[in-house]
Amino acid sequence: MRIEIEKRAATKLAGDINSMLSGYGASMKFMEVCGTHTMAIHSSGIKSLFTSKLVLVSGPGCPVCVTEKLFIDQAIFLGKKFGACLVTFGDLIRVPGTEGSLADLRSQGGSVKVVYSPMDVIGIAAQVAPQPVVFLGVGFETTIPTVAVTLKTALSQNVGNLFVLPAFKTIHRPLKILASQKDLSGFLLPGHVSAIIGADSYDYLPRDHQKPGVIAGFDGLDILLAIRSLVKMTVKNEARIENEYRTVVKPEGNVVARALIDEVFEPADASWRGLGVIPGSGLALRTPYDAFDALKRFPMEVPAAPDDPRCKCARILTGELTPNQCGLFGGECVPEAPVGPCMVSSEGTCAAYYKYGGGSVDA
Amino acid sequence: MTPSFQVNSISLAHGGGGKMSRQLIRDLIMPRLNRGKLAALPDSVVLSNLGDKIAFTTDSFVVSPIFFPGGNIGSLSVHGTCNDLACSGAQPVFLSVGLILEEGFPMEKLSRLLDSMSEAADICGVEIVTGDTKVTPKGATDLIFINTAGIGKVRSAVELTPTRIAPGDAIIVSGPVGNHGMAVMLSRAEFSFDFDVKSDSAGIWPVVERLLTLESGLKFLRDPTRGGLSATLNEIAGLTGFTVSVDESMIPVSPEVSAAAELLGINPLEAANEGKVVAVIDSGSVDRAFDLLNDCPQAVGASLIGSVIGENKPRVIMKTRIGGSRVLSEPMGELLPRIC
Repeated sequence: MRIEIEKRAATKLAGDINSMLSGYGASMKFMEVCGTHTMAIHSSGIKSLFTSKLVLVSGPGCPVCVTEKLFIDQAIFLGKKFGACLVTFGDLIRVPGTEGSLADLRSQGGSVKVVYSPMDVIGIAAQVAPQPVVFLGVGFETTIPTVAVTLKTALSQNVGNLFVLPAFKTIHRPLKILASQKDLSGFLLPGHVSAIIGADSYDYLPRDHQKPGVIAGFDGLDILLAIRSLVKMTVKNEARIENEYRTVVKPEGNVVARALIDEVFEPADASWRGLGVIPGSGLALRTPYDAFDALKRFPMEVPAAPDDPRCKCARILTGELTPNQCGLFGGECVPEAPVGPCMVSSEGTCAAYYKYGGGSVDA
Repeated sequence: MTPSFQVNSISLAHGGGGKMSRQLIRDLIMPRLNRGKLAALPDSVVLSNLGDKIAFTTDSFVVSPIFFPGGNIGSLSVHGTCNDLACSGAQPVFLSVGLILEEGFPMEKLSRLLDSMSEAADICGVEIVTGDTKVTPKGATDLIFINTAGIGKVRSAVELTPTRIAPGDAIIVSGPVGNHGMAVMLSRAEFSFDFDVKSDSAGIWPVVERLLTLESGLKFLRDPTRGGLSATLNEIAGLTGFTVSVDESMIPVSPEVSAAAELLGINPLEAANEGKVVAVIDSGSVDRAFDLLNDCPQAVGASLIGSVIGENKPRVIMKTRIGGSRVLSEPMGELLPRIC
């Protein structure tokens, strides 16, 4: 019964969208910023519901995809040179560095552990002390507060063998850069990140760039609803931020979580794969938490790591290309032997295209 | 002499072929697994009255953790091999068991595993008739590995091969999918979640026995173990060269498995099953198949999930819940939790 209602609602929404598109001269291009949306769009087959006048491209919202090769090299260096136990979220372990991945390090006997919550690091540090434990600090505003709590706990418990290799990123600065792209009609804004930063924080998109944005949940229907709003605003030449995930996202966001981030971190420049160094788009550890900074504790002798020049991840991350426009896609670069991070992460654009057929399925 | 029941853990001597080995077999293994033929401990067992066609298979079990909600490596080692036999249309009748134990493995755990094997074998109607025990030094085995081989009497009138699959054939799954894989994932030490997800580890012969009465209406059987339903459907597409089409809304997944899968970022269609069967049947036999499975406790939640379509492109297309369509690709391998 529920399934029938869901299907009927989806048919109605897709119908609305297609009729608005047919009455509109040009095509529309929207970018989803969050990797979970990328996955949901592909796994629910949403693209197969629209005419080709609507293009959905993926932005730099997958934490693994925007992490530079150098970061993997640094982590492996810490494991090899200092015998550190590396603790990470799952997806990162297969990302190829210059000389192999964390999974390769593990198969050579290196200590690499996968966790779901950063808090598990405290227990691991106690278990293996005095061996140094390095948490690979990748992620956006959603994961950063839990890392902040972990470090506050570590500080109060005086944990001496726990470190963080920081590559945390925040979403607004790159979004501003992407918003200046002329051919983008608007943004499908992330659900979880917005729960922390708040719907009001995107006010610059309509104000400075005349681009609409809709915050959406992760269900196929949620996304269809958000796309309908984006199409509607584009047709009417309106630009607003709409929040269609109100049960989770408040206008002001999660003030407590943001205060936690501010207590432990301070803004810093960050290097994004595909976008380069963006001033103020990352987070560094503040005093006294900088005692946990692996980059300060361990002398790093890791050379710069250029990407394979044939890999188009950088242009795919900015929505300029779709994965099938990359010469490596599906041939030399496949999920079991990825060249670039967009194929590694389960939320990567290339992985989603490869896995779900890129929305070009007709059956 | 120290009576063996006072020994708390396995030592290398238990695999040495001497007195300790004998005691382990006599005091711990025999009372649990012997149903007659095992008692004599010959070098090999002689079997008769097997009919003119038998199925023969082997499988090794290395699951970690060895105990998980809904089962353990012992019961799994019986179900896994029995189910492989059943998928050839064979009724499982005899099993061999090879135990590879790590030095220091607790006796108490071994006896619990043997109890489970014994119970599972009785329920599956299969007799353990021969076996072997080896002990490796600490670190050479991760606690316990089990190999089982099985013999089944072929009961199907027709051969169950992919070559008999034709466009239009229907695809049925015998119940909700993803339970075993999710239960094992959730019970791994690195996940501290409390979900009520149990493995579906069980023998599927009762389901298969009923479906065999469809005779030539039954074309092919597969148990969707590693790689889950997704791997099995892709295998069917690959073996036949046809496109397989499935309807997401018809694929049964329990709410608990759905919730856990969503949180961990795992597709339940890629998670292993150990008590389910996927059947390809002639479209004209569908109603009859559901009548047959109606009162079968091992087929609660059975569902018609899709069909083979006459397109010579070996792939699986899934109609999504919202009416879109996409490829259901072959799973890659290691299941990983998502990052955000």
